Amino acid sequence: MHKIILILKREYSTRVQKKSFIVLTLLMPILMSALFILPAYFVSMDDKETRTIAVYDGSALFLGRIESSEFTKFRFVPKEEYLKVKEDVKGSKYYALLVINPNFVTTNTVQVVSGSNIPFDLKSQIKEKIQSVIEKDKMAEVIKQTAIPDLEKRIEATHTRINIETIKMGDGGVAKKSSTEIGMVLGYIFGFMIYMFIFIYGGMVMQGVMEEKQSRIVEVIISSVKPFQLMMGKIVGIALVGLTQFAIWVFLGFVIISATKSFYHSPVQAQQVQDVMAQSQDVAQQVTPQQVDQMQEMFSMIGTINFPLIIACFLFFFIGGYLLYSSMFAAVGSAIDTQEDAQQFMLPIMLPIILSIMVMMSAIKSPEGPVAFWFSIIPFTSPVVMMARIPFGVPAWQLALSMVLMVITFVGMVWVAGKIYRTGILMYGKKPSWKEIGKWLMYKS
Amino acid sequence: MELFSAKDVSKSYANHQALTKVSISVEQGSIFGLLGPNGAGKTTLIRIINQITAPDSGSVWLNGQPLKADDVYKIGYLPEERGLYKKMKVGEQALYLGQLKGLTRRDAMKELKVWFEKFEITAWWDKKAMELSKGMQQKVQFICAVLHKPSLLIFDEPFSGFDPINVDIITREILKMRDNGSTIIFSTHNMESVEQLCDHIALIDKSKKILDGPTQSIREKYKSNIYDISYRGAFDFQNHELARKYNILSDHKNGDVNKLSIQYNEGSNSRELIRDLVDNVEIVAFNEVIPSMNEVFIKVVKQNS
Repeated sequence: MHKIILILKREYSTRVQKKSFIVLTLLMPILMSALFILPAYFVSMDDKETRTIAVYDGSALFLGRIESSEFTKFRFVPKEEYLKVKEDVKGSKYYALLVINPNFVTTNTVQVVSGSNIPFDLKSQIKEKIQSVIEKDKMAEVIKQTAIPDLEKRIEATHTRINIETIKMGDGGVAKKSSTEIGMVLGYIFGFMIYMFIFIYGGMVMQGVMEEKQSRIVEVIISSVKPFQLMMGKIVGIALVGLTQFAIWVFLGFVIISATKSFYHSPVQAQQVQDVMAQSQDVAQQVTPQQVDQMQEMFSMIGTINFPLIIACFLFFFIGGYLLYSSMFAAVGSAIDTQEDAQQFMLPIMLPIILSIMVMMSAIKSPEGPVAFWFSIIPFTSPVVMMARIPFGVPAWQLALSMVLMVITFVGMVWVAGKIYRTGILMYGKKPSWKEIGKWLMYKS
Repeated sequence: MELFSAKDVSKSYANHQALTKVSISVEQGSIFGLLGPNGAGKTTLIRIINQITAPDSGSVWLNGQPLKADDVYKIGYLPEERGLYKKMKVGEQALYLGQLKGLTRRDAMKELKVWFEKFEITAWWDKKAMELSKGMQQKVQFICAVLHKPSLLIFDEPFSGFDPINVDIITREILKMRDNGSTIIFSTHNMESVEQLCDHIALIDKSKKILDGPTQSIREKYKSNIYDISYRGAFDFQNHELARKYNILSDHKNGDVNKLSIQYNEGSNSRELIRDLVDNVEIVAFNEVIPSMNEVFIKVVKQNS
């Protein structure tokens, strides 16, 4: 035990002190938060440029009806000026020229002539303005023809929003409101985290084993410790590296989230954000009350989710899945001499991991389905798939079965891997086959 | 006193027999040469002594007791295939390896200081192994093998990668350790160093021990009645009647003093040879030729095939 701790300490400290580890650990949350903050930031500092657009309305449908907004001014120009501007848009005082042809009613097409690329926002702004004018006209036409009173309001009234309340019958007939959306998000996050962890740190175990074999230090070490101790020390040490990184990310995540909150809550910024929202065709305002509603609903739903259970299961499958796969990675690393030889042995390991992430995608959509059920029981895919199911609630017997199978499998796999590892680390020069590795299992120590 | 012994040790792998009933006995305070061609089974035997692998049958004894798990602390091993963690600092990994051999961090540090100063490599402490030359790395590996003052030391090709100056330094250290009571098992293909260092040898070929004994007596045993003689004056041995009685291997004329290599046949002896010679020439030197370990090795292995 004392020796495993020595090995574990070395595995841990050499990795944690690596520059690449420190950089990645600190950079990752920054990159992730940049993904959230930057777009918001850009929106808030977006287009403060005032643009004046010359409008030539050959159809005479729009005269004076395209309203200017804060930063975009529309100015209707007579034909003579239009022809002059058309000659040289760049040289004119206008940013762009909007041309509505006399045949607009049949083509539904307008032209924007500009010296530069038109920003996407401006394009959609123009489009919506034209659209709303023409739709209003058509509506007025219909109302006039049919002569149904209050038709406009009646049509408006047909817009209906449906809310679905999902109620989950718990044990003893206690009904609980549940949220499918939150279940999906949580299932996805937890499943994906296990997948990533197995992938990254399992690969790290393989690299570490290969490093010891390639540098030929392994024979010195196993003259002091049992190969199994070396393998387990490495696997557990690297798991701790992963958990450390994970803990730092969670911590930094909290810091960043609270920093972001205060960013949006500072009065000046909030004003800006509101301005931006108000500016974008008032769409934001229409949706906001419903969004707030949804948000509140979400928060009350989060309260109904059994977090202690989820976290306990997460830790269990996290550790179980990692032990299962990293012992396989260790066995492969011990059997091969070079990275290139890894391919043929990696495929059978990668396949179930990749399969499990694919099954997870369908499992979060139908957590009770047969596919989700079987793959959450089979140990090789259960860590990812079961985690995706748990937020929706899983019958206790299924969870227990899955866990028992998991434990049996990883104990068995660690034992098998230990046998392959023991022989593999001292085999140099020949590229082993599956048959050869099978023989190693039969060797006495 | 016997420090280590292996009794009837056999080991087989799926497709070949690595050791067949091999027994060796190593006296305390001696250097024991474990010889044999490539693939003979030496490494397997060494790995059995280090408990890296276990024998199929037979037993292994240290200090009169069957070898047990804790004995790894009493054994120091410098394998033929050896290396260091490339990206780890030299001092750190020496400390680590010392601790794996049962030293406390503080003791390991103390011992390492002594060795690093002795080898004048203190400046390398904070260097990564990959920054060191091969010879430098070998020195560090040697230190790591002997750091915990083991009673049994196993060196497999300890001199590979060293220049003659370092070979000399390491040789002296090995002899010093023997004089201080350590027992050494020494495996090498360099027969010159076997002659120089080993008190006793065993030769393994094709999984079996085919030769065992004190180095000197083995060489004696393989001598073949050949004598090197220096004589003064001119004499034509090849056309003399002596050429019928003796086997003239060479007769090198070199002016005043000439060198003759001569072998007598079974039934004769050196006294008779001298008598025959002094009747004809003035002898300056008379030496019996004892075969080198190299010759013994080649002869014995060829006979066995």
